[in-house]
Amino acid sequence: MTETPGFRWFRRITLTVLTVFTVMPLYVLVVTSVKPLENVRGLFTWVPDRVTFQPYVDMWSTIPLARYLTNSLIVTITATVLALIVAVLAAYPLARLRFRGKRVFSMTVLSTQMFPGILFLLPLFLMFVQGEELLGIQLTGSYFGLIITYLTFALPFSIWMLAGYFQAIPEGLEEAAMIDGTSRIGALVRIILPVARPGILAVAVFAFITAWGEVLFASVLTDTETRTLSIGLKLYTSQTDTLWNELLAASLTISLPVIVAFMLVQRHLVSGLSAGAVK
Amino acid sequence: MVVKIPAKAVLSASTALGLVAALTACGGSGEESGDQTLTYWASNQGASVEEDKKVLKPALDRFTEETGVEVELEVIPWSELYNRILTAVSSGDAPDVLNIGNTWAASLQETGAFVPYEGADLEAVGGKGRFVETSFATGGAEGEAPTSVPLYGLSYALFYNPTMFEDAGIEEPPATWEEFVDTAKKLTKDTDGDGKPDQYGLAMEAGSERQNSHFAHILGQQYGGQLWKNGPNFSSAEQVDAVKMWVDMMAEEEIVDPSNAEFSDGTQSIGDFVDGKAAMIMMQGSARTTMAARDFDNYEVAQVPMLDPLPGKPIQSHAAGINISVFNDTENKEGALQLVEHLTSPEEQVYLSQEFQTLPVATKAYDNEELQSESMQTFRTILTEHASPMPLIPEEGQMETVLGESIAGLFADAATGSKVTEADVRDAMKEAETQMDAAN
Amino acid sequence: MSTTEEPRSGAAEEDPPTEAGPASGSRRRRPRRPGVLLPYGMVLPAAVLELLIHIIPMILGIYIAFTSLTQLTIRNWTSAPFVGLENFVRGLDPSGALGSALFQSLFRTALYTALVVGLSWVLGMAAAVSLNTKFRGRGVLRTLFLVPYALPVYVAAIIWAFMFNHRDGMINRLLVQDLGLLDDRPFWLIGENAFWVLVVVSVWRLWPFAFLMLLAALQSIPEDMYEAAAIDGASTWKRFTGITMPMVRPANAVVLLVMGLWTFNEFNIPFLLFGDTSPDSARLISPLIYEHSFVNWNFGLGAAMSVLLLVALIIASAVYVRMVLPKGSSND
Repeated sequence: MTETPGFRWFRRITLTVLTVFTVMPLYVLVVTSVKPLENVRGLFTWVPDRVTFQPYVDMWSTIPLARYLTNSLIVTITATVLALIVAVLAAYPLARLRFRGKRVFSMTVLSTQMFPGILFLLPLFLMFVQGEELLGIQLTGSYFGLIITYLTFALPFSIWMLAGYFQAIPEGLEEAAMIDGTSRIGALVRIILPVARPGILAVAVFAFITAWGEVLFASVLTDTETRTLSIGLKLYTSQTDTLWNELLAASLTISLPVIVAFMLVQRHLVSGLSAGAVK
Repeated sequence: MVVKIPAKAVLSASTALGLVAALTACGGSGEESGDQTLTYWASNQGASVEEDKKVLKPALDRFTEETGVEVELEVIPWSELYNRILTAVSSGDAPDVLNIGNTWAASLQETGAFVPYEGADLEAVGGKGRFVETSFATGGAEGEAPTSVPLYGLSYALFYNPTMFEDAGIEEPPATWEEFVDTAKKLTKDTDGDGKPDQYGLAMEAGSERQNSHFAHILGQQYGGQLWKNGPNFSSAEQVDAVKMWVDMMAEEEIVDPSNAEFSDGTQSIGDFVDGKAAMIMMQGSARTTMAARDFDNYEVAQVPMLDPLPGKPIQSHAAGINISVFNDTENKEGALQLVEHLTSPEEQVYLSQEFQTLPVATKAYDNEELQSESMQTFRTILTEHASPMPLIPEEGQMETVLGESIAGLFADAATGSKVTEADVRDAMKEAETQMDAAN
Repeated sequence: MSTTEEPRSGAAEEDPPTEAGPASGSRRRRPRRPGVLLPYGMVLPAAVLELLIHIIPMILGIYIAFTSLTQLTIRNWTSAPFVGLENFVRGLDPSGALGSALFQSLFRTALYTALVVGLSWVLGMAAAVSLNTKFRGRGVLRTLFLVPYALPVYVAAIIWAFMFNHRDGMINRLLVQDLGLLDDRPFWLIGENAFWVLVVVSVWRLWPFAFLMLLAALQSIPEDMYEAAAIDGASTWKRFTGITMPMVRPANAVVLLVMGLWTFNEFNIPFLLFGDTSPDSARLISPLIYEHSFVNWNFGLGAAMSVLLLVALIIASAVYVRMVLPKGSSND
């Protein structure tokens, strides 16, 4: 596409404004995390009085950050992996097979996107409590309860994206395999999944981000042992002080893996989305 | 190369996923209360949860030594405690003994989840006579057997910075509100010459629902008002006067930094006091742990000022503090009551009140010579002679939210430059009343 | 939102599969019996989870709206008294104290949603159009723009709250000390400005999502369409309105709906910025319901209000789907 000077100016201005908007909070995040405590108590300074990495050392002992990090990792990774499996299984028949009730199923799953979380927070909790008595499985305050909750939250969007993606894959691919005697599931696993990798990555990232940042349900479904980062970070605001430097150092530390992972897959993300969902 | 995966296998695998997850990932908590073990949920009193564990451990060890009963301790931050209690109430997955904020006592009493202290059960924890009267009164609704007894006593007091007082040529802490405002005005000044004050007479948590409600109560009592009379009574002339006076500290008298309107976590105003940005704060005694954690000891403690002439009662604080309750579902009620008895005994009270900067709830503990400091006397006088409980009603928690929020709103108006007239205050209080009525 | 996702390969498939499996002539070597049950088996895990975590709790929530469940009855919640429509009458009566606050909040939330979704779309589109061209540093910017979306939402809220602090925050330092645009430091987290803070933080967090989805949509537009238009002498703007917009229309329809639903239900950002109770100017509907349910412990009332929210969302989505989404087929 030919670029007119007008378009170049538009691009320059847009990108400058957006870069400043995006970077400003990130700059504050980074610069505050390397300031000594005295330096974060008063007026914000653009440059640290003195650069120190002490907050990155102290943050582990001020609160049990390592435990929260472990909890978040266990919950988020398990929920993401399970969500992928469940979503792939559900998306495939939606894209390829005919069965009675398909429309109802897809409509219902998608409409759950509009349920306000606040409406089913308490009922879900009460059900979990009831379930504990019936099944003898610890659901509140355990990883398990949180995992199945997050896994389900990620499902509607994931199923919808994957179904779109699967549809975009030529049917001939599986048919050729099935003529060779492979079962449908076999074809899904060996033929479709490898081709659909960008779409699956996109879904995985989405599911991960959803679970990693969830606050509301984590506040009710976790206890001291299973508390996740989204709730645990609040403890840097203690009875005595808010340790902003440690809080932001911890924030940066727990964000970095997500951001790096995001960067690694972002190329696939865009191609995954453009091949599937947004067409 | 092509391996068939039977559909059936995948189906059973996918449905079994849940179970697998259950088995592998269900590493959550599980309370295994053996015969002799009690679980105890403590509130966070000191500088941090970890700090509290260290303080409580010796006290609980002494209990185990005496009785042979082990105690499993969990210290819960304030921000979570009420939620955790209600969760425990609704799920039955509860500790044997727990701490509660004493303003929640009537509310939690109504859930029926706690053992009432009456008859032999009350005697088992030392009897009514053991406790400081004003604190004991917070145990539940009037006329009903209390479901909590006091554990830590607290009261508001006036903290001031003696160096700043000296610099301003002030000799005595103010005793009346009129003197207080005068004093605070002398202490509000521009120290760096940029034309704006950077030292203020008073710092407060103006955005905090709790502190605002407490002072609506305290000042209301001094004006002869009452927050609750068979229902919300916030807009009575006395209460309006009280709230107006409180808000005017910032709005009219300008002795409070407008920035304080954003303060709400209970520590920011202490920070201002420690950093020398304010010469006075009114805080509960536990604020001393915060100051100690910031290595600050340049303060004196005085009684909260009073109106002169005084149309109402000489109240300087609500009877603040932490109470302790026993869950009905406990399998070891006897042991649980013993634990309450142990923690409220004069000996342990001396230890705990020193560690947590609280006031003993057992009258006898005050005889201990370690507790004879001047500031201890001040706090004690306020709690025993000038304190009255917040309204002992189930709606108390909600009242603090609704009332405190509307006062915080008035502070926000004042801070953002609007005038706050008496009519504004009355309207805000009326609005809060309707909200309370409508929600109940 | 569901018409677009209607799977293309089976656009007319309401009829049940015949016992011989789908009879679409060309395929001969279908597996036999398992074929009928296979789709059900595959959607089963998803169906069970949706039922347990979404549907049943929702129904239970609607039931709670008809009871007087409070902290006093929670201990034995199944026997909380049934009070019929009382919660709805009290909570939703526009002339009452609660109802008027609720409808104000609903209106405010609608405005907030329109602003956040609108701004996010504009920024996302502008960035997508800019980055869909080739120039140096394009990859870096694309990565950078996605960072706010990858950042956990609580981290984003924590940073912004720190920046908007009245006395010591970066924003006021910039406006007053450094640029000298204002004489007095404004308040951001209390009073009227709180609403705008909410909008800014929400847009910061959401626009990368719009950007990502729209960029993906732009990349699937064949380059030769633009080239043909360029030969015809169409201006950049003409090409945008004539080619780009129609081509991204299906993506747009879905992106706007999804962002709209998320934003309307937004809870995290106000909760993290303001705590349990938001300033009046910024009280959105989800935090308001949270306040009634979990600060004041009136679950019945909170549930009644959530039901209203749900109904509002269903109506809005239905209208939207009818008006915006292409009817019937969803072919490219």
